[in-house]
Amino acid sequence: MLRGLLQLTWLEIKIFLREPLGALGTIFMPVVVFVMLGRVMGRGPSAPPARVAEFLQSGLPVMASVFIAISAVVSLTTIISIYREGGILKRLRATPLRPQTILSAHVLVKLLFTVITLALFILAGRRFYPMGGDVPVLSFAIAVLVSTMSILSMGFVIASLVRTARFAQPVGALIFYPMIAFSGLFAPIEAMPPALQFIARLLPMTYIVSLLRGIWGGAQWSAHLGDLAALTLIAVACTAVSARVFKWE
Amino acid sequence: MSTSPRPAVSVAGVRKAYGKTVAVDDVSFEVHEGEIFGLIGPNGAGKTTTLECVEGLRKPDRGTITVLGLDPFRDVYRLQERVGVQLQQAHLQKRIKVWEAAHLWASLYRKPASDADRLLEQLGLADKRNAWFMTLSGGQQQRLFIALALVNDPELVFLDELTTGLDPQARRAIWELVRGIRARGKTVFMTTHLMEEAERLCDRVAIIEHGRIIDIDTPQRLVDRHCPERTVVLITDDPLAEERFRALPRVEAVTRAEARFTIRGRGDDFVSEVIQCLAEHQVRVRDFRTELPSLEDVFLKLTGHSIRD
Repeated sequence: MLRGLLQLTWLEIKIFLREPLGALGTIFMPVVVFVMLGRVMGRGPSAPPARVAEFLQSGLPVMASVFIAISAVVSLTTIISIYREGGILKRLRATPLRPQTILSAHVLVKLLFTVITLALFILAGRRFYPMGGDVPVLSFAIAVLVSTMSILSMGFVIASLVRTARFAQPVGALIFYPMIAFSGLFAPIEAMPPALQFIARLLPMTYIVSLLRGIWGGAQWSAHLGDLAALTLIAVACTAVSARVFKWE
Repeated sequence: MSTSPRPAVSVAGVRKAYGKTVAVDDVSFEVHEGEIFGLIGPNGAGKTTTLECVEGLRKPDRGTITVLGLDPFRDVYRLQERVGVQLQQAHLQKRIKVWEAAHLWASLYRKPASDADRLLEQLGLADKRNAWFMTLSGGQQQRLFIALALVNDPELVFLDELTTGLDPQARRAIWELVRGIRARGKTVFMTTHLMEEAERLCDRVAIIEHGRIIDIDTPQRLVDRHCPERTVVLITDDPLAEERFRALPRVEAVTRAEARFTIRGRGDDFVSEVIQCLAEHQVRVRDFRTELPSLEDVFLKLTGHSIRD
């Protein structure tokens, strides 16, 4: 089945690139926005105030990574629902392909493009931002991939349940973007009321932000075992759920 | 049709309901090895549900199905290695190229697949190798789906509403391809709501209506059994003709529109009786033809309505 997985993955990469708007929107647009944002914020008449500088240093990279991960998930749920609506999933099902192979192929494609976008971000960051050279790029990339995997698995559940492409996109966006608000990215979790703190502890985004921020700041992996455990647990649970509820048509 | 020692497909007492709607009920039939078997009936009669149960894509609520000696639902992955499937209203990725689809499919099967490129050539898709799926015409898409159904050199091929939406010319070309599948020694199990298609293509057909099988046989025997009526239409100016036709023992009805007569009767002797009568009385006719009932008429007779209603 490995041959089928590799074939399908390679095919899906080619098919994705054949849709010029999709490829541009997913890979290059975030980078362009990122660069423009940096130029606007960083190019004042005087030196940027301390808070802006701090945001550029650590907040922005984490936020950007979270957005890359979310856009990968929204794109995955949309593609799966388009495939379902169009009868493509049904046709694939009538072959020896297993559902997990089909989903794995799409995950591989998404992870690949996540890595590419991330690489472009870091290159652009080096070029346009006052970014230190001591950022642990490789560790950070791995942290982003782990985070993406974890919310991709939540994306499976959405993709398994939402029947039409028209709904998949807004449902995905509605679930993932508000999570950012409680994730500690903008306001520290400790400063939230207890009820919100409780909600934050339930959301995967909280662990993602904590992990990404820590790794970007140079922390050791051992300091984030809790985050990794939470993200792994989410990935395993959601994958199991989606395998049960996955709909072919 | 000779009966083979082992049926390719055997369906017994199958029932499948979606909520309160019973899609098929107590359906039983066998598909023999090497034949083209057709499940015919109007849209919504339960054809696709039956076929998808046999393909292992749906689990029947009741009844047993055996396909090539396997339980299609439990052994679905083993079965998929040995059968080819063309689904109703299936699509591929819009921007997948024809050759890519063929090669992907070929890579999915354990068995060394038949040469995908040769298959495309045989199905007249060689010059469309590099075309995106979305740019193919309906007939080309169907030919690609047939190619994909044959890529693993299957023993049994399922074709669901193969020619729906195709123009008559493309339809005839597809029929030729299906006969070619049989000629390679494979069994074909197809569904169609086109009676002409069933009549021309199928060795045996099962008529299904409201989820139940009404009758199963060769198209010819179904016609002989259910529609023994024959009709002769002729044009003559002979003033005594009508009277003479009415006097014939096997004639059941004569209708007349000016010089044009429509004479109905039953049995094989009816037509020769009319001819004899014309010869005996030297009736001059300007036109003469017989109308034989078709599967369409059988369907009308058995269900009380036309298949297109």
